[in-house]
Amino acid sequence: MSTNYIGKSVKRVEDKRFVTGKGNYTDDIVLPGMTHGMFVRSPYAHAKIKGIDTAAAQQMPGVVAIFTGADLAEVNGVPCGWQVNFKSGDTMKEPKHPLLAHGKALHVGDPVAFVIAETREQAKDAADAVEVDYEELPAVTNPAAGVQAGAPLVHDEAPGNVAFDWELGNPKAEVDAALAAAAHVTTLEFVNQRMAPNAIEPRSYIGAYDTTSDKYTLYTSTQNPHLIRLLMCAFVLGIPEHKVRVVGPDVGGGFGSKIFHYTEEALITWCAQKISRPVKWTSTRSEAFMLDAHGRDHVTKAQMGFDANGKITALKVHTYANMGAFLSTFAPAVPTYLHGTLLQGLYTTPKINVDVTAVFTHTNAVDAYRGAGRPEATYLLERLIDLSALEMGVDPVELRLKNLIPPFDGVTQPGYQTQVALQYDSGNYQGVIEKGLAMLGYADFRKAQKEAAESGKLLGVGFSTYIEACGIAPSAVVGSLGARAGLYEVGQVRVQPTGKVSVFTGAHSHGQGHETTFAQVVADKLGIPMEDVDIVHGDSDTVAFGMGTYGSRSLAVGGSAIIKSIDKIVEKGKKIAAHKLEAAPGDMEFANGKFTVKGTDKSLSFGDIALTAYVPHVYPADLEPGLDFSSFYDPTNFTYPFGCHIAVVEVEQETGKVALKRFIAVDDVGNVINPMIVDGQIHGGVAQGIGQALFEGVEYDENGQMTNASYMDYCMPRADDLPMFETGSQVTPCPHNPLGVKGAGEAGCIGSTPAVVNAVIDALWSGGHKVRDILMPLTPERVWTAMQ
Amino acid sequence: MHLEYREFLGTLGSNSNSVYMGNKIHVKVNGKDHQHEVEPRLLLVHYLRDTLRLTGTHIGCDTSGCGACTVHMDGQAVKSCTVLAVQADGASITTIEGMANGQLHPLQEGFHQMHGLQCGFCTPGMIMTAADLLSRNSNPSEGEIRHALEGNICRCTGYHNIVKSVQYAAEKINKEVAP
Repeated sequence: MSTNYIGKSVKRVEDKRFVTGKGNYTDDIVLPGMTHGMFVRSPYAHAKIKGIDTAAAQQMPGVVAIFTGADLAEVNGVPCGWQVNFKSGDTMKEPKHPLLAHGKALHVGDPVAFVIAETREQAKDAADAVEVDYEELPAVTNPAAGVQAGAPLVHDEAPGNVAFDWELGNPKAEVDAALAAAAHVTTLEFVNQRMAPNAIEPRSYIGAYDTTSDKYTLYTSTQNPHLIRLLMCAFVLGIPEHKVRVVGPDVGGGFGSKIFHYTEEALITWCAQKISRPVKWTSTRSEAFMLDAHGRDHVTKAQMGFDANGKITALKVHTYANMGAFLSTFAPAVPTYLHGTLLQGLYTTPKINVDVTAVFTHTNAVDAYRGAGRPEATYLLERLIDLSALEMGVDPVELRLKNLIPPFDGVTQPGYQTQVALQYDSGNYQGVIEKGLAMLGYADFRKAQKEAAESGKLLGVGFSTYIEACGIAPSAVVGSLGARAGLYEVGQVRVQPTGKVSVFTGAHSHGQGHETTFAQVVADKLGIPMEDVDIVHGDSDTVAFGMGTYGSRSLAVGGSAIIKSIDKIVEKGKKIAAHKLEAAPGDMEFANGKFTVKGTDKSLSFGDIALTAYVPHVYPADLEPGLDFSSFYDPTNFTYPFGCHIAVVEVEQETGKVALKRFIAVDDVGNVINPMIVDGQIHGGVAQGIGQALFEGVEYDENGQMTNASYMDYCMPRADDLPMFETGSQVTPCPHNPLGVKGAGEAGCIGSTPAVVNAVIDALWSGGHKVRDILMPLTPERVWTAMQ
Repeated sequence: MHLEYREFLGTLGSNSNSVYMGNKIHVKVNGKDHQHEVEPRLLLVHYLRDTLRLTGTHIGCDTSGCGACTVHMDGQAVKSCTVLAVQADGASITTIEGMANGQLHPLQEGFHQMHGLQCGFCTPGMIMTAADLLSRNSNPSEGEIRHALEGNICRCTGYHNIVKSVQYAAEKINKEVAP
């Protein structure tokens, strides 16, 4: 096969509509007769709803309908998609998450009423006129506080606010014994703070209902239209799936926050049927801050033990994971199977035990946010190993290299079996570290740092290595771990009679560039120009099925499904070509868009075969006409991208302000289809990870009010906060999928955060400030205070 | 550089009276004249999106913090969520839809060539802000570009390729005007 496209930085097909303002996001869509909805939301984190008076609001101009929790008492809540059991074997606590609060509000922003009017402004006016009588109750927001005796209860059915507890790895007694015998133990108690995902397109939904066909349509800013349809039809509304079309049009960023099935999606669909008119609701940014599922929020104690030679002997972790008031779609999987299972990292640690307590609080739901569990695991490991190096007085790079898992390709050598369930597919971990060190110029840096310190300047370098489990995921494996869905993907390749190709994928692009990357793959595999390939996604009426895009899975899983369909097309094409050329199908080969009888110059083009398949005049008797195949691909393992990130910072002595001078990211994401797009994914992820280290973090006060729910108050990384990034790559192909790809969407966000924090700590130590840890984000005030 | 709000009101001169006189506005958008009766509270961004159906201008926040709604008003970048439609009476507005003139504007081309966009949602605002910068400074340094764009948030790109996109456009514009 020639590769005209694979491996090349092909410019994106989707750009033209976006740079000219012709994108089609949900809020851009107007349906005939469309009404507008506005929520009345609880101003309290915990309150009894004693009464709702809608009489005045009903009389306001343009009001079409007002619904409250009482109207939905018989409607199910939104389900959780992942079940984790207690250590005792009991099922996790899964209180109903109603579409509108009924009786009690359990977090600020909990929806209490939904007002529908002819215009957005009328809906807003009427929502302001709804009077709700609340009795405020005490709230708890911190998960470690939530489990204390006497803490305010979120749900009566979850005593102690515990949603579930969970443990993985070697027996705790063995790990305790190893720690007791260790020559050095580093202990760190820290918070991995709560993050607001901040896709710049706020969530937006339009529900519509056609009375004559009994058909529903939901336009939604989602990462997975089919999954939303399945959850909404089967678990919430009980409406027939074949009568529901879910469309995820252009979506302005997701970062995890648009995976989940939100109450508003189901409510709007339900309302559209009730009023027989389309209903639109678009989140404000304030609502987005309060209600888009947050990320992280772990309160952790971790201990790492070393022998006298600096080899890690044990790791013990306990985490309180904040779930918020309700279990969001994938929330239980994040602190468990996406966090605990990654605590081997790149190291040969022989004894690992991780214990997680998932806690309900009077806060917004926490779920997967770019990286989802893996950044928390990486932060924990990389902070611990760096701090250990400082405490033991050894070089942080040497300490990592000493404990590194040796290279293995996963083909001639087996995968690496961790202590925490996963088996890594292939890796050359030393390679990315060495490349990063070369890009940095490590020896020179240490010299410069010393000189800087002598002149009173605080320079620091921070390292981190990471591994992630991506390409989510083998259905049977995740099923055994509690997933209530399969995690395969669907890819349909329809060759049109003229040889043009439409590809229907269940993956969903919201910035990833699938219309380009997937077309590169298909064009090369079929030996046709990219212009002849169209990638269709995001509409449940045109795409057979799909599980969507998250967990860096689109190419590894969705791309593999497309390859399966292409294989079927080539196989059928060979039969058609063999018949026309009077040869045996086994004697045919397909390359560069031509079916050729092996060893001869007799051949037919892909276009000839396409036309013949639809005009089957000279055609094998036992073969159906047409050239259109659909495939499901269920991976056999996760994929395991890895890398080494390095940050260089300067800390201002007088103010504690951190200036990020350099950021080096060396990532191994397996084979690369489009280096430009992979680099772009790394850049964006790195910026988000730096954001967590230095700028961002959701703050709740003791009453459960989010005190920084706007761009005036929540510090987003902006253009003048960041340097140009230096990216390097290494390729260790994935041994178990046809493209050898591992996934690149989350890597940047996983490796970068600890590298930056480690760099700041290193800078402080260079000036004699022996600071062990600083709470993220590392604001100037916190860094300055730590130095005093 | 964005004008402070008070400063901006001052630049409206006699037009600012229209806030109090009535709700009929005359605006030129992308070279085309429009007249509409509008509610006094209607924001320019909603006028552009809902009344004129120019949906390339996006809304990403409610505190003028994200810059997704940036358009040009009488040649200067403004956040159209911070301008009332009545304040635009008599003004000439350019939106992202008005940037391509038969062919892509050098910034539109630059964002495509340098992969300066991913989800595309912040892109129109970024391009409009960058165009404002280049109209004042055709050869900005990296630092000047980053400073000019700090009122526009992008969550996808980490700004790296956005900076390169603006540099690409600056170079192209300078080549075109060079003798």
